[in-house]
Amino acid sequence: MSQNVKKRLVDYTAAFIVLIAVFICLVPFLYILSQSLSSNRAIISQAVTIYPIDFNIEAYKVVFGDAGMLYSLFYTVILTAVFVLLALVVTILAAYPLTKKRLKGRSTLLLLMLFTMYFSGGLIPDYLNIKNLNLLNTPLALILPGVMSVYYMIILKSFFQSLPESLEEAAYLDGCNELQILLKIVLPLSKPALATVSLLYAVFRWNYFQDALFYITDQDLYTIQLKLYNVINISQQMSGENVNVNLPSEALKAASIMFGTVPILLVYPWLQRYFVSGIMIGAVKG
Amino acid sequence: MKAMNSSAALDKQESIGKPLVRRRGLFYHIKHDILLYLMLIVPVVYIVMFKYAPMYGIQIAFKDYNIFQGASLSPWNNFATFKEIFSSPQFFQVVRNTLVLNGLDLIVGFPAPIILAILINELVWTKFKKVSQTILYLPHFLSWVIIGGIVTQLLSPTGMLNSLITHMGGDTLPFLTNKYAWVATYSLVGVWQNAGWGTILYLAAMTGIDKQLYEAAEADGAGRFAKIWHVTLPGIRSTIVLLLILQLGNIMAINFDRPFNIQNNLVMDFGDVISTYVYRVGIQSANFSVGAAVGLFQSVICLIFLVTSNFISRKLGENGIW
Repeated sequence: MSQNVKKRLVDYTAAFIVLIAVFICLVPFLYILSQSLSSNRAIISQAVTIYPIDFNIEAYKVVFGDAGMLYSLFYTVILTAVFVLLALVVTILAAYPLTKKRLKGRSTLLLLMLFTMYFSGGLIPDYLNIKNLNLLNTPLALILPGVMSVYYMIILKSFFQSLPESLEEAAYLDGCNELQILLKIVLPLSKPALATVSLLYAVFRWNYFQDALFYITDQDLYTIQLKLYNVINISQQMSGENVNVNLPSEALKAASIMFGTVPILLVYPWLQRYFVSGIMIGAVKG
Repeated sequence: MKAMNSSAALDKQESIGKPLVRRRGLFYHIKHDILLYLMLIVPVVYIVMFKYAPMYGIQIAFKDYNIFQGASLSPWNNFATFKEIFSSPQFFQVVRNTLVLNGLDLIVGFPAPIILAILINELVWTKFKKVSQTILYLPHFLSWVIIGGIVTQLLSPTGMLNSLITHMGGDTLPFLTNKYAWVATYSLVGVWQNAGWGTILYLAAMTGIDKQLYEAAEADGAGRFAKIWHVTLPGIRSTIVLLLILQLGNIMAINFDRPFNIQNNLVMDFGDVISTYVYRVGIQSANFSVGAAVGLFQSVICLIFLVTSNFISRKLGENGIW
């Protein structure tokens, strides 16, 4: 009996601690959400915590009325889509041939690719390389340099290797060439892995900020992250110098943060399992 | 060229004097797998243009780089750039900061997902477990720009945490404005962002533990904690070691987005790290040679650390990263 009580006690304690962790994960979002829906006066008087005060949607009207913001969002969606498509093609083109053990030069090539995971030119040589290729201030500067992640290529390669070889052999005997085998047999069987890798690429492109900061100075080509960075930091300087209560700077900042977060929040719960499975395939050494 | 190689290979074989087993020449292999080689062209061009070409550009660290002459034609400067950075106190400061911040991530950030994974593993209500995991993974999917914005709003002197503290009669805490407090903030924000996501590999390792081990431990009278200590932890030992090596190997590597979006002018003494320093010196002030030299120093140290930690782990009988 006392054993049972003790067991229950441990169950509840573990649940309680996890609940606190969940709470800590959520509170910052609730805070930003309530700020974005509160009046600026309420925010400055520090009355806002995890629910809005003087509920209003003025800040969102400003954010959604900002053509630059919407443009940036739209542009980043297109950029991400193009990037994912190209990255997927290049990654498949590397992963599939490298599964063939008979291929001459396979291990050398693999080694040359793996080496780039552990050693790179560094930020400045990368920058000068983009500059020499005349890619500064073009969308290509945000697409080409990351178009194949060696790590994701290995993930995909391990998945291809896990498919039964007999299928490919049968197709080969039926007269299919390697390209037909890839298109008709390997890729259709690899849909879950392809979905995972696409999502990993998409999240990378959506969230990555550094390359846009380094390579893009033309405002028309700002990604949503660079745009948000400027909104967050410029209004910070403004509120530091002359606090204007009528100017909804704090609420605006919060609404901008929500604007950048909501797209992720919308897709994330449905796609979560693909990310988890990606981590798992990646953990199995190829 | 390819044909020459294959005939050279044949000649060599004949001269060795065992032509009985006819080995196929390189040309045969290329012709046989021509489609596979054609596929590889695109990734190989990519790797050469965007990974190896910048490595060729590293030479500017040893040169007086002149934009008009380019990397190849600029004159060598007899290690002047390295002498310059090694005599600069700021260089040592950013190296120290990088090591301190990564070291803290190792001490505070590394155990956090392990503890969280053990707690999640002990949960008995499946639905609750699933929902908690979904929420705990979430911060991993936010960009550092957004996290930086959230952190500023939450922890500024007028932010929610400080208004709660003052409401309860305390003094405001300088989470972002005092450099010592900032280091703790940086580290805890990292925990917030990564602890949930970091549990995945540990949880996967835990599901792989043989249930009979738990039953046997129970039969021996082990309680909940004894089972965690004697079954769960040993079960995830190799995962822990592997991830530890990886993180130890990366102690000199630091990404750009996280420090850049959390740091501010008041805490640069502790907040300026190698990546942000290279950006400021190299790109903002166009001092390319210095930027490249600092980057090269970092890359080389990184590689040494990775190779060493991999070697040690293999000596200890664990899996290495390669």
